[in-house]
Amino acid sequence: MDSIYVHIILLSLIILFAIFAVSYARVIRGAILLGVVSMLVSISLFLLSSPLAGIFELSVCSGLITVIFVSVISLTIPPDDKQRKMNAISMVKKMTLLFLLVLVCGFSLYVLDSKNITFIPLMQNVQESIDTRDNIWNLRHVDLIGQALILLTGIFAVVVLFKKDTNKDKK
Amino acid sequence: MSLENILLFKLYVITMPIMFLIGIYAIMTTKNIIATIIGIEIMTKGVTLLLAACGYFNGRPEMAQSFIIIMIVVEVVILTISAGLIFNIVKKHDSLDTRNIRNLKG
Repeated sequence: MDSIYVHIILLSLIILFAIFAVSYARVIRGAILLGVVSMLVSISLFLLSSPLAGIFELSVCSGLITVIFVSVISLTIPPDDKQRKMNAISMVKKMTLLFLLVLVCGFSLYVLDSKNITFIPLMQNVQESIDTRDNIWNLRHVDLIGQALILLTGIFAVVVLFKKDTNKDKK
Repeated sequence: MSLENILLFKLYVITMPIMFLIGIYAIMTTKNIIATIIGIEIMTKGVTLLLAACGYFNGRPEMAQSFIIIMIVVEVVILTISAGLIFNIVKKHDSLDTRNIRNLKG
């Protein structure tokens, strides 16, 4: 168990970078900052004894997703300043929304905090657990079928979405 | 469970709604489709953290890991499909504005 301060610093950095990622007007900066958030989340996962999930998060979310985001942004036309001004939402509306969301979040946290969290068993009392790989391949093998189906759906969707419009070419 | 562990678990429980809030705020205050997807990604990061924390404090991190791995796969598929959709929207409308795709007339 690491010091609690390490977790506090990590979580604060995650929240800070997430706020930066959504507050930038230029989406390319947001995408890069999202990669930084993923990297910090993967460090958190390593600290929470989930190294396999951490590696997945680091390689896929911090690497692949950032690359996809940057390629998509570079292949599209960025909006000019005039369009950006037109698209901007008024500050009053933004602040009202933020206030409402903070109110809802505060209330839910109050409800969560008022309940005593005692249902979590002590770590040393837990039965000896099996390995993650055994868990995935033996215990939760049905999930793997689901994953394969989701991946196939993704492949099918990409094939359909990137299909060349033959009717347009004939014209 | 020690006091420090309970405190740490509460910290993770508090972080999750904050991340979710940031994501919802990003989705509601933008008309750019890529910024909307960034908001969704931030929301999923919060869920990943909570899953990992629950697994760790329950003493079953291997179970949480398998769920996180499945979630990451779903996340990537969602992003890939969104990338395809963005390409098509830009090809059709020459803009990333979500207001252009309000009427689904083809």
